[in-house]
Amino acid sequence: MTDTKQVAKIEALATRVRVDSLNMVAAANSGHPGGSLSEADILAVLYGAVMTHDPKNPTMPDRDRFVLSKAHACPALYGVLAETGYFPVSELSTFRQINSRLQGHAHIKTPGVEMSGGSLGQGLSFGIGTALAARLDGRPTRTYVLLGDGECDEGQVWEAAMSAPHHGLDNLVAIIDRNRIQNDRWTDEVMTLEPLADKWRAFGWEVAEVDGHSVPELLGAFDRAAETKGRPSAIIAHTSKGKGVSFMEDNPAFHGMAPNPEQLKQAIAELTSSQAHD
Amino acid sequence: MTETAITRQVAAETLVELGGEYSDLVVVGGDLNKSTYSNKFGAAFPDRFFDFGPAEQNMVNVAAGLAASGKIPVVSTFAAFGTARPFDQLRVGVSQPGLNVKLILTHAGLLTAEDGASAQAIEDVAIISALPSFTVIVPADGPEAAQAVRAAIGTQGPFYVRLSRTATPVVHGSDYTFVVGRAETMRQGTDATIIACGIMVHAAQVAAASLAEQGVSCRVVNMATVSPLDEGAVLQAARDTGALVTAEEHLLQGGLGSAVASVLSGNLPTPLEMVGLSGYAESGNSKALLEKYGLTSTDIADAVRRVVSRKTGQPTS
Repeated sequence: MTDTKQVAKIEALATRVRVDSLNMVAAANSGHPGGSLSEADILAVLYGAVMTHDPKNPTMPDRDRFVLSKAHACPALYGVLAETGYFPVSELSTFRQINSRLQGHAHIKTPGVEMSGGSLGQGLSFGIGTALAARLDGRPTRTYVLLGDGECDEGQVWEAAMSAPHHGLDNLVAIIDRNRIQNDRWTDEVMTLEPLADKWRAFGWEVAEVDGHSVPELLGAFDRAAETKGRPSAIIAHTSKGKGVSFMEDNPAFHGMAPNPEQLKQAIAELTSSQAHD
Repeated sequence: MTETAITRQVAAETLVELGGEYSDLVVVGGDLNKSTYSNKFGAAFPDRFFDFGPAEQNMVNVAAGLAASGKIPVVSTFAAFGTARPFDQLRVGVSQPGLNVKLILTHAGLLTAEDGASAQAIEDVAIISALPSFTVIVPADGPEAAQAVRAAIGTQGPFYVRLSRTATPVVHGSDYTFVVGRAETMRQGTDATIIACGIMVHAAQVAAASLAEQGVSCRVVNMATVSPLDEGAVLQAARDTGALVTAEEHLLQGGLGSAVASVLSGNLPTPLEMVGLSGYAESGNSKALLEKYGLTSTDIADAVRRVVSRKTGQPTS
């Protein structure tokens, strides 16, 4: 049974992360809003409930690792890190500016960011490394890697997908943000991914498909992943790109385009009013 | 009879020694573990050895994740596969965050021989030297390979150690001490300096000995660390001898010769001749390849005569 108070708290965190993401992208006049909004609930569930972590001690050895393989969608990661106390929320306004710790694509100079990324396809392999290290050290820590669905076009994703079950890494969870839109177009126009769940199953993963905007469903999937022994878990999170903002939702234009000031105002009004109705 | 050693074998044995000293040392292999001798480490430390098959992109980021968790990961495969294939992973995943990943790669250069151009890594030093965080070491022989591996494991940051497939001459005694980033003067001379790395160090010594019989006095410098380069040693040689020759079992573009030329042109323009490869080679035995593609002691001696002639303005004798 899910605690409704906990769910409300996570949903509120996700809303703040969405608002932060749009403010950052709008202030920088560049960045990736669509994928930040699609992944916001996943990040809020991980940082707000699932993961063992300490914002005041970002390099604590026994922390769980979150790896943002789709490193272009870092505004939401910076948002959740700031909102949970890794660095001041006020620092978010430096995103993509000179001398900032908040790079255009996630980089380890930011407190709480585990992996430098920006070239797609590398995160799952990195997560295999951190999962192997945890097992070698006998640490109970788990690694969560968030991939984009378009990112699964990269061949390296499947090198990693093949090797994680081979090495029996049940302390590793891959989450695929299945928002159905990649840089140029809809994913099925660029490259056929389906049957995506079958592909992961065939590579030896325990696979779950959930509504990636449902906090209870995500919590349940992470619980089941923690109970799965002998092999890694993949969670295909069905999401909408631009989730929460009417004119961004399922709109390929907002993969990598900043909202103008008027659009930002409307977007934040929609995000904050929908939370009030919940 | 010249003593020889197989640098890939020496390096693998050194890794087994180091495995006992560093509990965080791990090796990531790519289905070439018999050829690289990494299976020796796997036999000694089965828990710390991981085979990922021929999937070099995956291997490099796995190593990055291990390094980010405090391990000292060695990526072990052939130089041709461990540099070009995962270049993007080395760039974004290792060099940009400066992670403690060690590329210890074998079968570099022409000595991969019969396997032909695809297996002969001749661009690898250029590729890895292009990554700002990496230290690139091309050991001259077995004793130096052992010390280079030891230094790479014991020093924080990304390293590349380049090793050969076949037995090569030993040019160092047991009293030799390798220092990362420091050139070694192996022979003094006044007319010209040969700056060499890897298997070309022995060829440079042979060339210098034969030139001495003809009255040409050559300094020989072993530049095992190609990046970052010992610029002081290059400029000292330029000041002292006024003529330089570089020698490497690698493409002329982006290797030792290019690095030396860059230092000279920016500080002390000095006549320079470069011995190295200008393109891809082919299958064949090592000796035939080195002769056909101009990487012998005779080629070095000819280059010395050319550069001395440029320095003095006198035609070569």
